[in-house]
Amino acid sequence: MTQADIVTYSLVAIYSAMFVYALAFISFTLDLARRASAARVVAAAPAVSIAAASGGTAVLEKTEAPAEVTRHRSRSVRLGMSFTVIAWILHVGGTVLRGIAAGRVPWANMFEFSLTATAIIVGVFLVVQVWQDLRFLGAYVTGFTLIFLGVATTNFYVDVIPLPPALQSYWLVIHVFVASLGTGFFGLGAALSVVQLLQARRAAKGLRVISSIPEPERLETLAYRLIVVGFVFWTFTLMAGAIWAEHAWGRYWGWDTKEVWTFIIWVIFAGYIHARATRGWRGSRSATLAIVGFAAVLFNFTIVNLFFKGLHSYSGL
Amino acid sequence: MASSRSSDSSASEQSATDPRRPSDHFDTPAPQAPEPGIVQPKLGFVGMARFFWRQLTSMRTALLLLLLVAFAAVPGSLVPQVTSDPNGVIQYKAANPEWSKVLDFLGVFNTYTSVWFSAIYLLLFISLVGCIIPRTKHHFDALRAAPPKTPVRLDRLAGFRSSEDAEASNVDVEAGLGAAREQLRKAGYRVRVFPGESVSAERGYLRETGNLIFHMALVGILAAVGFGGGFIYTGQKVVVVGQSFANTLSDYDSISPGRWFDPDSLSPYSLKLTKFNAVYESKNVNAYGEAIDYTAYVRTSVPGQKPQNQTIKVNSPLTLGNTDIYLLGNGYAPVITVRDPAGKIVFSQPEPFLAQDANLTSDGVVKIPFGLSKQVALSGFFYPTKCTICGSNLSSVHPDLLDPVLTLQVFTGNLGLDNGTAVNAFALNRDNLTQLNGFGTKKPGITLTPGQTTKLPNGLGTVSFDKVVRYASLDIHHDPTQLWVLAFAILVFLGLITGLFVPRRRVWIKAVRTTRGVHFEYAGLARGEDPRLDDAVTEIAKKHSQRTGLTIKP
Ligand code: HEM
Repeated sequence: MTQADIVTYSLVAIYSAMFVYALAFISFTLDLARRASAARVVAAAPAVSIAAASGGTAVLEKTEAPAEVTRHRSRSVRLGMSFTVIAWILHVGGTVLRGIAAGRVPWANMFEFSLTATAIIVGVFLVVQVWQDLRFLGAYVTGFTLIFLGVATTNFYVDVIPLPPALQSYWLVIHVFVASLGTGFFGLGAALSVVQLLQARRAAKGLRVISSIPEPERLETLAYRLIVVGFVFWTFTLMAGAIWAEHAWGRYWGWDTKEVWTFIIWVIFAGYIHARATRGWRGSRSATLAIVGFAAVLFNFTIVNLFFKGLHSYSGL
Repeated sequence: MASSRSSDSSASEQSATDPRRPSDHFDTPAPQAPEPGIVQPKLGFVGMARFFWRQLTSMRTALLLLLLVAFAAVPGSLVPQVTSDPNGVIQYKAANPEWSKVLDFLGVFNTYTSVWFSAIYLLLFISLVGCIIPRTKHHFDALRAAPPKTPVRLDRLAGFRSSEDAEASNVDVEAGLGAAREQLRKAGYRVRVFPGESVSAERGYLRETGNLIFHMALVGILAAVGFGGGFIYTGQKVVVVGQSFANTLSDYDSISPGRWFDPDSLSPYSLKLTKFNAVYESKNVNAYGEAIDYTAYVRTSVPGQKPQNQTIKVNSPLTLGNTDIYLLGNGYAPVITVRDPAGKIVFSQPEPFLAQDANLTSDGVVKIPFGLSKQVALSGFFYPTKCTICGSNLSSVHPDLLDPVLTLQVFTGNLGLDNGTAVNAFALNRDNLTQLNGFGTKKPGITLTPGQTTKLPNGLGTVSFDKVVRYASLDIHHDPTQLWVLAFAILVFLGLITGLFVPRRRVWIKAVRTTRGVHFEYAGLARGEDPRLDDAVTEIAKKHSQRTGLTIKP
C-alpha cells in the first residue's frame, strides 16, 4: 500500500463513521423526544425520590425512573449506543490510519487534531457510561462530532506533509494530546451543564423535570467531576506548552495569541471551580461559566487558529 | 461524648473547627444576623480597612477578579502586541491611525504590562495572599487537633450502615471499638476514641494541604517572574558560516537587558558557526521544498575547557555558560567584493540578507562609506532558485541553492553613518541618496550569478558576487527565573491534583445500646467533593463486622 492508499482508506473510514454517527444521532434524538413526552405522561405520577442533602453534605442517590419511562426509552437509546460504538471504531480506525500514513501522531494540524479530539470526546463519553449512565447526552455528543468531522473534512482538510522543524518535538505528542483530553472532558462537562440549565429552567417554571434525566443538582455534580479532570489536563497543557515554547522559541511565555487564549480558558475554569465553592454561585451561575469556558475552547480552536496572527500558525491551511 | 445536641448544631460546630475558608465559602455557615458594627455608618479608619480587607479576601471577590483577568486578557489577543509582534503594531497603526490613538492611550498595544491589567492581577494576588495566610494558620491547627465529636444520630449521614443487634453479653464493645480504631488507623485515618461509645476518625488533611500549596505556588510563580525578570537578558546575533560570536556586550547585534542586568555577568565563551545544514522535502509533492530540518554546527570554546563541536536545532537549544542559545532563523549571505577602479579591494565579506518568504527571496544592503570616490550603497535581492518561467519579475521558487541569482541597485550620496545615530544595517535611508541604476533610472540594474563580476555605474569600480554562504540567527537568553518558575509550576500541579482528588472525609463507628441489645453504626461525612464516600463507609462496615463477628444489615 502506498501512502496515498492509506490516506484514502483513512478518509473512507471517517466518512463511514460520519454516516453511522448520523444514524446514532437520529436514534438519540428519538430517544430524547420520547423522554420529553414521557415526562408529560408521568407528570401526575408520584415524585421521584431524591435523597435529601443532610448535614452540609451533598448525598445524592441514583434516581429510579418509573417503569413506564424506562420501557419507553429502551430501544432507540440502545440502538443509538450501538451505532455510536460502531461509528467510534471507524472513527478511531480512520484517525490511526491517518497517523500511519503520515508516519507520526495524527494531531499535527487542524484536520488531524479535529479527528483526534472528537474521537476522544466520544471515547470519554463511552467510557464514562461504565460508571454513570450519561446516554441522554448521546444526541449532543454524536451531533457535535458529526458537525466537527464535517467541517474538518470539508474545510480543514490538508494532505499529509512532513512536520516543520518547530513541530518536531515530543512535546507535540504530549502537549497536543493532553489538550485534546482536556477538551473532551470540558465538552462533556459543558453538555451536562446545558442539560442542567434546561432542567433547572423547567423546575423554575413549575414544570416537572424530565424524570429520565437526572435532577439539576446531580447533573451539576457530574459536570463538576468531569470538568475538574479536564482542568487538570488543561493545567498540564498550559505548562507543557510553556516548556515547549521555551525549547522552540526561546521563552516560556510571550503572550502569543494562542498562549493568551489557553490562559483565558484556564482562568475561566478556575473561576468555575471557585464558583462551585462560593455561596450564591452554585447551580445555574457556575453552569453558565462551564459553558462559557467550553465556548472559549471552541473559539480558541477555530477562530483563533484561523484568523488570529501568532506563532502558532500550524493549522496547515 | 454523646451530647444531646441535634446533628444540625453539631455540623455547624464541626465547620467551626475546620480550617477557615472565606466567609462566603459554601461550606461556611451563613452569618446569622448582620453584625451591628458593620451597618453603622461610623466605621472609623480601622473598621473601614477591615471591612475592605474582608471584602477583598472573600470568595466572591476572588471569583470576580478571576473572571475579570480572563476578560481583560482578551483585547491583547485581538490587537498586535509590542512585545510579541512589533511589526504588527506598526502595520496596525498605519492602517487604523485614529483608533490606534485610543488604543495607545489605553495601553492596549502593551496589554499585559498595562496599568489596568497589572492592577487586576495584583489585586487578585493580594486577595489570594489574604486568603492563604489565615487558612494556613487554621490548617496547622487542624493538623494537630483531634477529630470532632461523634454526632448523636448517624442515620442521617452519608453511607449509613448498621449491624444486627446482638445480646449485650455477647458483645465486647471495648474490643469492637479497639478493632475499629486499629482498622481506621491502618486506613490512614486520624482516630479519636470515646471509650465505651464510639470512634471518630478523619482523613484527607492532604486535600487542604494540596489546595494551600497550589495557591502558594501561584504566588511563587508571580514572585519568580516579578523579581527574577530583572535579571533576564535576551540578545540576538546573526552568525555567518565561518564567523564567530563572543559573548560580550559589543558582539551582540541587539540586546534587551532586564532592569538589574550587569554586563559583567555575561559568561565568557565564544562559538564559531562551522556549518549550517538545511534539509528540504524533495519527495512529497504536497510539501515539495518545505523545510524539514535545520542544523547549526558550532564549535564552542569556554575558558578552561577544550573546544567542543556541538549542534543547535530548532527544538533543541544549546546551553553554554549561563545562557541558552536558540536557533530562531537562518538565511543566505552573498559574499560580495567591491573594488575601486584601480582594482583595490574596498569591501569583501558575506552580507546577511533577510528572508522575505518561504522560498527565501531575501533582501539586503551593502554600505561602503570609504574607499570609493563617493559613499556607495548597494541594495538588492537574492534568489536562491530563480524562477525561469516567471517573466521579467524575478522570484524564488525553492529555498535551496539550485539556481542562485543576485540583483543590485547602486546608490551614492550621504549614507548617514557618520553622525553617530544608530542605523539599521538591513535598511537603507534613501533621503540623501541618488539612485544610479535599476528600476526608475535609465540604466539597468546589476544581475549576478556566483563567480561573476561586473562594473559599477559611473566608473565607481567593480562588484563581484563570489559565492553565497548560510547564516544562522541566534537568540541568546539568560533567564534565571526559568528553574524557579518550573519548580513552582510543578508544585501547582501536584497541589492541584491532591487538592482536587484526595477525599477528605470523616467516619464514625458507634456502639449503640438498645433494648434489643447492642449493635454498631457506621456513617461518614464528606468535606468537599467525595464521590466514593458511600462505598468507603460500606467497606469499613464490612471489614469491621468481620472483626466483631456481627452481620451488617442489608
Ligand atoms: C490567582 C488566582 C487563583 C487561582 C488561579 C485559583 C485557582 C483555584 C483552583 C484551581 C482551585 C481548585 C484546586 C484545589 O482545590 O486545590 C481553587 C480552590 C480554592 N480557592 Fe482558589 N484560586 C485563586 C485565588 C483564590 C483566592 C484569592 C481565594 C480566596 C479568596 C481562593 C480560595 C480558594 C478556595 C477556598 C478553594 C477551595 C474550593 C473548594 O472548597 O472546593 N482562591 N482555586
